[in-house]
Amino acid sequence: MKSYQLSSIVLLIASMLFISCKEGVKKDTKPVDVQELTKDQAETHGTELKEGDITLSTPLDQTKVAAGKSTYEVKCQSCHRLTEEKLVGPGWKDVTKRRQSTWIMNMITNVEMMLETDPEAQKLLEQCMVRMPNQNITRDQAREVLEYMRSNDGEK
Amino acid sequence: MKQSNLQKCLWLAMVGVAGLYSCKPKGTQSAVSGNAASKVYVAPGKYDEFYNFVSGGFSGQMSVYGLPSGRLFRVIPVFSVDPEKGYGYSEETKAMLNTSHGFVPWDDLHHIALSETDGVQDGRWAFANGNNTPRLARVDLKTFRTAEILEIPNSAGNHSSPFITENSEYIVAGTRFSVPVGDNLDVPIETYKQNFKGTVSFVAVDKTSGKMNIAFQVLTPGINFDLARAGKGKSHGWFFFSCYNSEKANTLLEVNASQKDKDFIMCVNWKKAEEYMAAGKAMKKSVKYAHNTYDESKHMATSTIENEVMVLDPKDCPGMVYFMPCPKSPHGCDTDPTGEYIVGSGKLAATIPVFSFTKIQTAIAAKNFDGEYDGIPVLKYDAVLHGEVQKPGLGPLHTEFDANGNAYTSFFVSSEIVKWNVQSLKVLDRVPTYYSIGHLCIPGGPTKKPWGKYVIAYNKITKDRYLPTGPELAQSAQLYDISGEKMKLLLDFPTIGEPHYAEAIPAELIMKNSQKIYKIEENQNPWAAKGDNYARVERKGNEVHVYATSIRSHFTPDNIEGVRLGDIVYFHVTNLEQDWDVPHGFAVKGANNAELLIMPGETQTLAWKPDRIGVFPMYCTDFCSALHQEMQGYIRVSPAGSNVPLTFSTGKTAPAITEKKDSVTRK
Repeated sequence: MKSYQLSSIVLLIASMLFISCKEGVKKDTKPVDVQELTKDQAETHGTELKEGDITLSTPLDQTKVAAGKSTYEVKCQSCHRLTEEKLVGPGWKDVTKRRQSTWIMNMITNVEMMLETDPEAQKLLEQCMVRMPNQNITRDQAREVLEYMRSNDGEK
Repeated sequence: MKQSNLQKCLWLAMVGVAGLYSCKPKGTQSAVSGNAASKVYVAPGKYDEFYNFVSGGFSGQMSVYGLPSGRLFRVIPVFSVDPEKGYGYSEETKAMLNTSHGFVPWDDLHHIALSETDGVQDGRWAFANGNNTPRLARVDLKTFRTAEILEIPNSAGNHSSPFITENSEYIVAGTRFSVPVGDNLDVPIETYKQNFKGTVSFVAVDKTSGKMNIAFQVLTPGINFDLARAGKGKSHGWFFFSCYNSEKANTLLEVNASQKDKDFIMCVNWKKAEEYMAAGKAMKKSVKYAHNTYDESKHMATSTIENEVMVLDPKDCPGMVYFMPCPKSPHGCDTDPTGEYIVGSGKLAATIPVFSFTKIQTAIAAKNFDGEYDGIPVLKYDAVLHGEVQKPGLGPLHTEFDANGNAYTSFFVSSEIVKWNVQSLKVLDRVPTYYSIGHLCIPGGPTKKPWGKYVIAYNKITKDRYLPTGPELAQSAQLYDISGEKMKLLLDFPTIGEPHYAEAIPAELIMKNSQKIYKIEENQNPWAAKGDNYARVERKGNEVHVYATSIRSHFTPDNIEGVRLGDIVYFHVTNLEQDWDVPHGFAVKGANNAELLIMPGETQTLAWKPDRIGVFPMYCTDFCSALHQEMQGYIRVSPAGSNVPLTFSTGKTAPAITEKKDSVTRK
């Protein structure tokens, strides 16, 4: 960019007006990372779960099943039925038989990552056409939802 | 307003002389040097360095810009209804605009005060004044929403407000108009001198919640209060108010309030006032004012009418109030970062007086008075003066400061910003503004710690600066670089309404706290439907309550029947989303109010009174997903007395056979 290295003096009424055309002081540029700054906020994105991060046991933990049910009712039920019926998203009947536990947990806590990288998740997006929202569910809550899904699929 | 002859001369002179010195020819686009564009360019996806909270003037709202780009991020509804956000229209927000006069859906927002800790902006709240129906507002900078509105009694035009002390102990509310106060309100206007009084209110701000509460009012002579500033550092504990109309004129103030050579800056020792409060010197006055708060967990405003205020009369409280003569109807009275100097800007004065806090204290101790005004001691001008800036320009209005001991004063009549040194009182630089600047703003400029870097001019006249838009033009703000010795114009940007005062603050202080969603688990709205199991429709007499949920991309329920003409339908819509930036809207045909715009995890309510029989569509107004267009439903309105049962559903399709039967019976 051009700069004009000169200045002129204008006599104005009773006062002096200075117009400088010199380059000003450089402004310091420090990059700001909004994700970093706001990471403690309510809306969370989980970290990816790997195979082996989740242990399933029988019989089912009924406390978890009940907690998972209440999370389901507030945050999932609008789009997912407990039957095979597809509403906005797929029905949950037999989901624990179709999908790995880690896959389910990642879909709940890490949906952005899954839609970017997981072919199965991408296939579902093509079918449903609505991105599954991040519902701000913690890893522990997601684990409870998984327990509720297992219960829904007839496990004891 | 016409561009003054002075300005024309200025431009002729500049064009001529600039040409001689082979700088670029100067038109009204002039004074922009070659690298201005790169200094204000914030690349796509990058963030601005400062937030600029700008008063919206007669729009009644507060706007939020980025600096240095001048990009508009948000208009926060404060004193005026905003159909875009449902503010003042939804059942939950109506109470925010309640006053002792009832629902007042508009005001004139002039000044901003950002909360401070130890004299430094802390990024928690932005306070604003309502100039017409006297009010104060607090905007929560976590949510960028109005959290509280407090009406000010015994006031008429809350102009000298909000202005804040260095630990946000108080914001103030000085009345612009003196009015009859007390028991005898119905008096002839010409009895102004006998019956009219002014007040300045000290409104305490709770340290943790920010909640406002009128701690006390100071009763004053019947003059007009314009602007104010708190002392800081050594002058912490004092507040300075500029006053005009010491003539006590009640008509043609343009002439009659400009008679005297000097008006006043009123100095209030509020620490002393606190002592008098504790000593029981205040009178309890019976008044009526509204105090409205927005409960973030209930997503609902409540309005309480208060009936009392404590008033301190200076005649009972010696040493609490002093007047300091200041030339010609002062507008700004601004304290420098050290708290030692108070700059008075007499709108009609040819000099800028700078007062010394140390000298004020000495003069008070020595009773160095120049008589009294309505029983209040008037300090001797020469005794309290640090000095005068000579021939600074025409029509000084308002001054802010950088961190290097310099002051920047706006000049309305000569349309310029003048930089001068507070110690030496020497003028260092001047730049024209386009046109007729009112307030100016330096990031952190009113605090102990100015961040400096820029000064922004908020101009009153736009004229030829932008593409014309008919008789009414956008108001113009202008950004100048002040990092060097000389001020440099970088950018024009238009503003909403009419900008008066503004504050700017480093982005980091705000953005780290910016709230993304409301947790649905914490939603305490009594009408919330936290999950589809709670979605329902209920009748209570002629009220039909629809408890609906919304999520990408449907409402539950979305088919409603059984409403009768004469009913009022309340749509309580809960947004079940927990994802940042996924609000849902809600609108229904023929609604006489507005839409709802419901943030993730929030519940809002729209009242709808159907005026005819039929089936009415409702839909989501905020594009939410690829199937947003499908986010819609119907509500059926039957005649009064109809026996169509109240039913509701989502995703229920009638069986084919029922449909057939239905169509047969309808023949």
